[in-house]
Amino acid sequence: MIPFGHALAFAGALFVLGLSCVLIRRQILMILIGVEIMLNAASLVFVAASAFWRQPDGQAFVILLMAITAAEVAVALAMVVYLWRRKRTLVADEFDGMCG
Amino acid sequence: MNTILFYILGFILLAATLMCITRRNPVHAVVYLVAGFFALALMFYLLGAPLVAAWEVIVYAGAIMVLFLFIIMMLGLAPQEVPPGPGWQRWLPLALLSASLMACTLLLVVQDPAAGQGISDYSLAPQALGEVLFSRYALAVEIVSFQLLFATIGAYLLGRPQPKGEEPR
Repeated sequence: MIPFGHALAFAGALFVLGLSCVLIRRQILMILIGVEIMLNAASLVFVAASAFWRQPDGQAFVILLMAITAAEVAVALAMVVYLWRRKRTLVADEFDGMCG
Repeated sequence: MNTILFYILGFILLAATLMCITRRNPVHAVVYLVAGFFALALMFYLLGAPLVAAWEVIVYAGAIMVLFLFIIMMLGLAPQEVPPGPGWQRWLPLALLSASLMACTLLLVVQDPAAGQGISDYSLAPQALGEVLFSRYALAVEIVSFQLLFATIGAYLLGRPQPKGEEPR
């Protein structure tokens, strides 16, 4: 018997790790990896809730989430290649042309 | 037995992720993340989701992370020294606020009587999951397939060679 709260705590810790990766690292690839980690934390919550309430919907959402992530990664990595061609660097601070 | 295994896998997952986000070399980071995803797939299996566990290995560890590796090797990214960013201090209030928010959330999770209830043994056969996915969520599957098509076109547009006379700045 795994307590539901512990599964949620693992997912929360994983989400915090991903969020800190996005905030701390300044290389675009590592920021994307942080986004992946956060999405996986979300899917862990979905699967745990699906098992807790004994409903299949959570697992169906995880399958959809994986497809959406694959689409996101394809576009994001194409943008990484595009940015590399423009400036030969992947440090996020270099792309401040819009003064953000 | 399953409970002990779940905690071991959870700590493997957190340790691998921690190693991943602190690596300077992006290849090492991706390999650590693949190890973490294998642990996560086993956690999914223990939570009664064998099909999702298989897809986690095939799609995440097998396809998405290998795509990251391809991009890293294609661009020849060396582990580079990124100069420390301006103003760690600027982030400090936000970090403190987020940490206290996280602590409050964890406190709520611990206090909630429902959180202490165990997840009883549950396993969803792939056939049942497929029936739900293609009957109740059929429209979502169609929309996701459209989105994959759009993402393919978008990735092609971004990644195509530049036309002559239109050099990127």
